Amino acid sequence: MSNTNPLLDVSGLTKHFPIKGGFPIRRTVGAVQAVDGLDFQVSAGESLGLVGESGCGKSTTGRLITRLMEPTAGTIKYQGQDITHAGRKQLAPIRSEIQMIFQDPYASLNPRQTVGSIISGPMEINGIDPQGGREKRVRELLEIVGLNPEHYNRFPHEFSGGQRQRIGVARALALEPKLIVADEPVSALDVSIQAQVVNLLQKVQRELGIAFVFIAHDLAIVRHFSQRVAVMYLGKIMEIADREDLYDNPRHPYTRALLSAVPEATVDEEPRERIRLVGDVPSPINPPSGCRFRTRCWKATEKCATDAPPLVQVEGNKPGHLTACHYPEAPETIPAPRLAKDPEAAA
Amino acid sequence: MTSTDQQPFLSIKDLKVHFSTEDGVVKAVDGLSFDLIKGQTLGIVGESGSGKSVTNLTILGLHDPARTSIEGEILLDGQELLTATEREMERLRGNKMSMIFQDALASLSPYHTVGIQIAETYRKHTGCGKAEARKRAIEMLRRVGIPQPDMRVDDYPHQFSGGMRQRAMIAMALVCDPELLIADEPTTALDVTVQAQIMDLLKDLQQEFGTAIIFITHDLGVIADIADDVLVMYGGRCVERGTKKEVLRDPQHPYTLGLLNSMPSLTGPVDVPLTPIPGAPPSLLNPPSGCRFHPRCAFAEKVSGGKCSSERPLLEIVDGRGSACHLTTEQKQELFADFAATRHN
Repeated sequence: MSNTNPLLDVSGLTKHFPIKGGFPIRRTVGAVQAVDGLDFQVSAGESLGLVGESGCGKSTTGRLITRLMEPTAGTIKYQGQDITHAGRKQLAPIRSEIQMIFQDPYASLNPRQTVGSIISGPMEINGIDPQGGREKRVRELLEIVGLNPEHYNRFPHEFSGGQRQRIGVARALALEPKLIVADEPVSALDVSIQAQVVNLLQKVQRELGIAFVFIAHDLAIVRHFSQRVAVMYLGKIMEIADREDLYDNPRHPYTRALLSAVPEATVDEEPRERIRLVGDVPSPINPPSGCRFRTRCWKATEKCATDAPPLVQVEGNKPGHLTACHYPEAPETIPAPRLAKDPEAAA
Repeated sequence: MTSTDQQPFLSIKDLKVHFSTEDGVVKAVDGLSFDLIKGQTLGIVGESGSGKSVTNLTILGLHDPARTSIEGEILLDGQELLTATEREMERLRGNKMSMIFQDALASLSPYHTVGIQIAETYRKHTGCGKAEARKRAIEMLRRVGIPQPDMRVDDYPHQFSGGMRQRAMIAMALVCDPELLIADEPTTALDVTVQAQIMDLLKDLQQEFGTAIIFITHDLGVIADIADDVLVMYGGRCVERGTKKEVLRDPQHPYTLGLLNSMPSLTGPVDVPLTPIPGAPPSLLNPPSGCRFHPRCAFAEKVSGGKCSSERPLLEIVDGRGSACHLTTEQKQELFADFAATRHN
């Protein structure tokens, strides 16, 4: 993916949370290395999925690029403009272009505000007066997200979980953003409702051309929603690729293990080949040296303990498919029908 | 074992669990029947509020008797549980039947070491001494795959990781070799790689001890991995029952079909919208009449005479297979044909 002019350009992004000692001196005695040197780009209208297990830093990444948190190191460029340490004033115009959708539809809406004032809130703050007035715009937005515009004056508790998440989506759309960071937008919802919200987000992404950073732990949903996917582990990107390459030809042992651990609702005649990782994710306070995955990797050698593998295009990968591993898995002979979406492009 | 294999180990007949609340009576479980034989895993699938957890709390007698009214029968190995005294229930709980909960951190006491909590159950039911119970606790921790169990036995729950806590809870549940284990979303809070470990562990332990397991989850993928039989619940009722192969490959209820269709897969086509189930799960305070799924059902109008909204479809189970739907078998074959075509090439 050679992006000459990406919408979002992140390089070396790092966030360490200091750990303070006890009373009385409260010195910094260590750091939780939540995110450690991420490089990725998001082009306009594209959806990048961030997947990984809990503690891998995917949510922190979301909060860093929305600048809800201050990065420790690295740079974040939005439309070529460095916003890594931008102050409030400089951020103000950008804030309206980068919006966020949160996981918990119960906690992210103010219970004392009506739906109308929740959704018009961003317009009020930014002093935006759309044609025909804010109320008309809110009603339009409610319609876009599939809610009844008549519900303008209702309170969040009058809605179900799926409907509340729609309100969250409407609020994020209110300022016509160019980038939406969605942090586990469907994981709190029932299975039958998840699909409704995923479809809505997909519609929004397509029709309004909004770029997404889609953070989730559910690999199937990420595959469904994102054109490019980055797999994270302990604050680092292990592998990043276009959707088809990542899911059909995973090169990093962790990606492969993660994919094989996903339970699928199908009954196979022959059981799938499974890779069972032993142990748990190590603590990000004191992550393993070298490759962070090496303590659970079945291929790890001494080299893995000393040299951190760079995120590069390993041999056999397509351009844009980057893997951080000294001993990548053999490329798969990909079954043709799964990849060839467009026969002409494949030829 | 061979002679008792035919006899259901757990048998639930027409169970009704109703709570009275300020707003009215919540019909959390409304006429549920199922059997479970030894060494089998029954997966119960359903969304939040479908009554799956309430059913299992009732089996264990963990409901609040003051505001719950229960009808029906629960027979465990021939013993009626609903009329059993609290004393009798105490003897059974943790001994003959036990439970694993979703949130291991909330279910373990933060003030006691893991070892003491495991040993307590064992001492209570066997009456053995402290030293012996401690030995047993270490043995159990080893069985569930905790490294260095003789050291970790003295750790507190907060010193364990999420997966290890869930293992410790499994150790506690299995310490008395129960014959029935109820696992209520035991892997939902875990990462997929750890979830896979825990499910392997449960399968191994079941093979070793011949435990009957009720596995409650909302995730059909997990069901496909662990269950023998599947029971699909909706609005406090069972809507479909069968082996996992039957239910996942050839669903006979529109709700099951809807669930399967709404899930994205790792291999299916991308760039096509998912097929969600419209609407939201019903409120059990005022559930829909007739079939509880009919307001969300895509096929309700195919049934003549508006039967779906007026008449409760009966669940008839033949050879362990059945569904509660007014559609005829021929209609289902026709209407569900798309599913079979897209799902199985």
